[in-house]
Amino acid sequence: MRKDIDIRKFLANNIVPIIFIVLCAVCIPLAGYSGQYLVSQIITRIMRNSFLVLSLLIPIMAGMGLNFGMTLGAMAGQIGIIFITAWNVVGIPGLLLAAIIATPIAALLGWFCGKMLNMAKGREMITSYMISFFMNGVYQLVVLYGMGPVIPLHSDQVILPRGYGVRNTIDLISVRQSVDNFWALTIGGVKIPLLTIILIALLCVVIIWFRKTKLGQDMRAVGQDMEVAREAGIKVERTRILAIVISTIFAAYGMILYLSNMGTLNTYNSHSQIGMFSIAALLVGGASVSRASIKNVFLGIILFHLMFILAPQAGRELMGQAQIGEFFRVFISYGVITLSLVLYEIRERREKAESAKAIAAQQKEAKA
Amino acid sequence: MEKVRSFLASFGLPRLIIAGFLLLLFIVAPFVGIRVGASISDTLARFGMNSIMVLAMVPMIHSGCGLNFGLPLGIISGLLGATLSIETGVTGPLSFLLAILYSTPFALIFGWGYGKLLNRVKGSEMMIATYVGFSSVAFMSIMWLILPYSSPTMVWGYSGSGLRTTISTDGFYSQILHNFLCLKVGTIEISFGEILFFALFAFIIWAFLHTKTGTAMTAVGSNPIFARASGISVDRQRTLSVIMSTWLGALGILCYQQGYGFIQLYQGPMYMAMPAVSAILIGGASVNKASIPNVIIGTILYQGIVTMTPSVMNNIIHTDMSEVLRIIVSNGMILYALTRKSGASR
Repeated sequence: MRKDIDIRKFLANNIVPIIFIVLCAVCIPLAGYSGQYLVSQIITRIMRNSFLVLSLLIPIMAGMGLNFGMTLGAMAGQIGIIFITAWNVVGIPGLLLAAIIATPIAALLGWFCGKMLNMAKGREMITSYMISFFMNGVYQLVVLYGMGPVIPLHSDQVILPRGYGVRNTIDLISVRQSVDNFWALTIGGVKIPLLTIILIALLCVVIIWFRKTKLGQDMRAVGQDMEVAREAGIKVERTRILAIVISTIFAAYGMILYLSNMGTLNTYNSHSQIGMFSIAALLVGGASVSRASIKNVFLGIILFHLMFILAPQAGRELMGQAQIGEFFRVFISYGVITLSLVLYEIRERREKAESAKAIAAQQKEAKA
Repeated sequence: MEKVRSFLASFGLPRLIIAGFLLLLFIVAPFVGIRVGASISDTLARFGMNSIMVLAMVPMIHSGCGLNFGLPLGIISGLLGATLSIETGVTGPLSFLLAILYSTPFALIFGWGYGKLLNRVKGSEMMIATYVGFSSVAFMSIMWLILPYSSPTMVWGYSGSGLRTTISTDGFYSQILHNFLCLKVGTIEISFGEILFFALFAFIIWAFLHTKTGTAMTAVGSNPIFARASGISVDRQRTLSVIMSTWLGALGILCYQQGYGFIQLYQGPMYMAMPAVSAILIGGASVNKASIPNVIIGTILYQGIVTMTPSVMNNIIHTDMSEVLRIIVSNGMILYALTRKSGASR
């Protein structure tokens, strides 16, 4: 009897990853890709995305929900990449320089975002979402009109022929895969980029270590209950801003890694796409608005991107149209976010109701 | 001085800046060679196209469900109605009525489900509404490809199946309302058809909010606990408001299509909630308070800026940065409303 309840609870808590495992299991034979191809694709995508998805963990710890404002970090990373391409700094030094340029921009944007979120407690997610839209406008203003006349950049590779504004797509041939190829092994036809793995592992270690520091503990306290944390002498507002700043900076680095792996920059699309995909991937891994771990990150990336690779091909095989598969994966990414948010809210309410009931029962007992 | 300050506080600084900016545009316009008459007609035409979608925000704000970021769901009901109406092959004004008729059951069903969902997630309606909108648009993208439409004006020519991304409403209901009672005063063209259509629905909503049910809805929005204590079913009122919003969204997109001349499918409705949300906020609404004047003022201000900035900017600096400005202004306005203390209860 007890076990039965446990299984049901397990299913209810992990419904999103389970749906994805089933979907992938159905799609793999339909798409008919070889195992080696799938493994190498998955490894590429883990390398490409995990830094970005990991950047989402810290605001969740601080109780601020999913940081849709990670797009701001991605913008900062892109600005860094635009500069180094224009200055023609190549290879790993180029990426390092891009990171150095991106850090202060990301910190500033993160601080702005954190300030805003402090003014909108209780609805951080929708606010951070709107901030990403708003800053997208500012980003376009800077990149499309500012770069060239206001911010001196003179490079035919980057600037549009009209003399100002950055091109729609920039070829990043000078930094392409420079981190991945620096120290790579090939096992059974699958390339394994060791330096990237080390970087990602390092970030995981930093996050685990960070949880144990004073600041990390403060964040968890704030995430549990803001008022209690304030009573305990924690500077709630400052802690929350710091959580967002750290997340934004990590997102900027993640974006730089991502772009160097991709090899092309879609100046006006990359950042907004990356926000949605990273959040969807994290949720697919079984994370919720208030709880996420490193395990969720990697499981999520594997499942979400497996779906991404398989869906168009499976759509073509099943329906005769690859486009259906394309739409299907867009639907899946939005649907997953919706489902996780709804399930989280319902669970939250049920828990609240149960704890209220327990308190009422206790009081009754005390009276009797 | 005190009076000025309290007026400023109630009107809101951003709103004042936007109104001032629009006024400035109208003052500058004649000097850079733009015909003001044409601009005013354009603004009015756009008002007619968009006002009902902005009106769709009102019921949900009143019942305390927040800003209706899930407007795409209503738009989809409208699109279903529009495509079904064209599929029947009826032309002329009747096709517009048919589109309204066909979209109504979809709007009621979708709105009901959407309302039930929002009742289970009280407190974070807006975030979930956004994603309900997005996922329904993505889901319908698949459906537009699969559903067995066959009207040659709508399906892809070469394959004979799957709807086109844009469908012309020419010959069906293009400009039906716009050309109805359209008056020309000098260079200014005023379409009373569209304005009357909006006025009709604005009046219905206004009157509804003053009925017993409407007052109950407002009570639910301003204080749910008090409302429950006085015997109002909170969930029912909220569901009702969501159904109304969804239906108005469906009507809104039909009105938009008749002015614009095209039906946009697939990813078209994805971000259509944002302009409507920001228009009502510019008009003076907040996350939990909205009225019909907010809708009218907001739509005129928002659409005025959208029509005026491109032409004025183009003539002054020969660059069109209006799209970027529009993004900053409209999203900035939403951000302002979300971060204001007065709305912190939700």
